[in-house]
Amino acid sequence: MKARAEKLAQRILLVIALSAISSLILIALFIFKEGTPIMVKMGLRRFLFSSEWEPQAGLFGIYPMIVASLWVTLGAMLIGAPLGIAGAIFLNEFVPKTVLRIVKPAIELLAGIPSVVYGFIGVMVLAPLIRNHLGGPGLSILAAAVILGVMILPTVISISTDAIGAVPNSYREGALALGATRWQAVHMVILKAARSGIIASIILAMGRAIGETMAVIMVAGNTVKLPHSVLNSARTLTATIAFEMASATGRHREALFAIGVVLFVIIMLLNSFATVILRGRTTRA
Amino acid sequence: MQKSTVGMKTLTLKRLALVGCAAAVALCGCSRQSASITLAGSTAFQPFAEKLAEQYMAAHPDIGITVQGGGSAVGIQSALSGAAQIGMADLLELPAEAQALTSVVVARDGIALVVHPANPVTNLALAQARAIFSGTLRNWKDVGGADQPITVVSREAGSGTRASFEKLIGVVKLSPDALVQDSSGTIRETVINDQRAVGYLSHGLVNDKLKMLQVDDQECSTDKVIAGTYSLVRPIFLLTKGAPEGLAKAFIGYILSTNGQQCIQRNGLIPAQ
Repeated sequence: MKARAEKLAQRILLVIALSAISSLILIALFIFKEGTPIMVKMGLRRFLFSSEWEPQAGLFGIYPMIVASLWVTLGAMLIGAPLGIAGAIFLNEFVPKTVLRIVKPAIELLAGIPSVVYGFIGVMVLAPLIRNHLGGPGLSILAAAVILGVMILPTVISISTDAIGAVPNSYREGALALGATRWQAVHMVILKAARSGIIASIILAMGRAIGETMAVIMVAGNTVKLPHSVLNSARTLTATIAFEMASATGRHREALFAIGVVLFVIIMLLNSFATVILRGRTTRA
Repeated sequence: MQKSTVGMKTLTLKRLALVGCAAAVALCGCSRQSASITLAGSTAFQPFAEKLAEQYMAAHPDIGITVQGGGSAVGIQSALSGAAQIGMADLLELPAEAQALTSVVVARDGIALVVHPANPVTNLALAQARAIFSGTLRNWKDVGGADQPITVVSREAGSGTRASFEKLIGVVKLSPDALVQDSSGTIRETVINDQRAVGYLSHGLVNDKLKMLQVDDQECSTDKVIAGTYSLVRPIFLLTKGAPEGLAKAFIGYILSTNGQQCIQRNGLIPAQ
C-alpha cells in the first residue's frame, strides 16, 4: 500500500517535471521550425551580415540589430559589472554582516521592478540629460546601456556576494596573517578564489541584458540603421520582434522567428558558459 | 531498470497529451457566449470602439462586446480568419487581401503633425513635411525654426497611422535616422520631451502639452477636416466577412446612428458623413 502511494507520488512529480521541460523543448522546436527556412533560403550569411532591413521590399538583413544588441549589452556590462562587483566586495569585506543582511535583499528588490518602469525613468530623466549635455536624439544606445546596467545589478551583486561569501575564512585569515592589507587580501586572494562565481554572474547578467525588450524599446530610439556612436539610436534584436510581430505575415514573420533563433542560440551559449564555469568551481572546491 | 523508466516516460507523455487536450477543450468551451461579438484591430479607433461598446451594452445588458487592439493588420487578419466578427482598420486604402471583406467607413480621423510647444515653427508646407520625413531636410532653420537638427519620430512599420501618413504626404521611404515608437502614446511622450522632435498622431489623441502644426496654412481641427481643407485625413473602416449579420449588423448600425456618431465626435474623431 505504502509502496503504491510512493510510486504514485513519484509519477505525479515526474509528469510535472516533464511538463516544465517539455515546454522548453516545444518552444525551441517551434522557433526553429518557423525560423530556419528563411535562413536557409536567404543564406545564413546574407541574413546575418547584410544591413538592409525592409520587410515590405523583402529585404531581411539583421546586421544592424545584431550590432545594436551587442553595443547595448556591452555598454550595460561596462556599467553594471564594475558597479556590481565593487558592491559585492564592499558588502562582504568592508561592512558588518548585518549590513549585508539588510542591503542584499534590498538590492534584490531591484529585480522586482517591472522593466517598463525602468524604461519610463529612462525616457523622462536619462534621455533629456543625454540630449542636452552630450547631443544626439537622447534616445540612444548610451541611454539603453545605462538603464540595462542598473537592471543587471541585482544579478551581478547577488551571485557575486554568494561567491565571495563562499570563500573560506581561512583564506582571509591566512592573507592577513602574512601581512597583507585588507585590499591586498581582497584583490589578491578573495577575488581569485571567487573568480568563477563572479564570471558566472556577469555571463548570466549578459543573458538578461541581451534579452531585455521593454526597457530597451522605450529608450533606444529604435532606428534601423548601423550605429556609429553610442549617441545614435538603434534597434536591438528583441525590439524588432516586439515591434513587428503583430503585423508581420509570410516571410516577414519567418524572418522574425529567425531573429528568435539567433537570440536563442546566443542565450543558450551564454548560459552554457555560465553553467560550465559554475560547475568548475564546485568540483575544484 | 532502464527499460521500466523508458516505459514510464512514454506513459506519462501520453497522460500529458491527455491533460493538454482536456485543457484545450475546456478553454474553447467557455470562450464562446451565445450573444457576444469581438472587435479587433486599429489601436487608433480602439478607445472609441470601447466607449461605443460600453454605451451599447448599457442599453442592451444581455449582450457582450469585446474590443481588442493589435493594429490595423491584425484587424484585417482577424476579420478574415473569423477570430473577430468585426475588424477595425484605419488605413487610407485597404490592402488586396481585405478586398474579400465587406467594409464600411464609420469615422474619419485627422493626422496631426506635432512638435514641442517651445518650437517657433507653426506651419509646414506639405512638401516640407515630405522632405523632413524622407530625411532630406534635416535642420529646423530651413523651415523658419532655430538652428538645430530635426529629430523625426515615426510609428513602426505595420502601423495604420504610419501607412496612411506616408501615403498622404508622399513619403516613399522614411528617413533612416527616424526614431521609431510603437504607439501613439510613446510618440506623444517623445515629442513632449524633445524640443527638436516632430511626430504625427491621431488628432483625437493630441493633448495640450503638444503643439499641432498647420499644414499648408490649414490647422488640424474637426471643422477644417469636415470642410475638406485639411489634407491629412484617413477613414476608419469596420470590416466584416460577408455582409454584417445579427449582432455585428446591429452594433455597426448603432455606430452609424446619430447617437453613435455624436459620441464619436464628442471624443475627438470626425463623423463619417
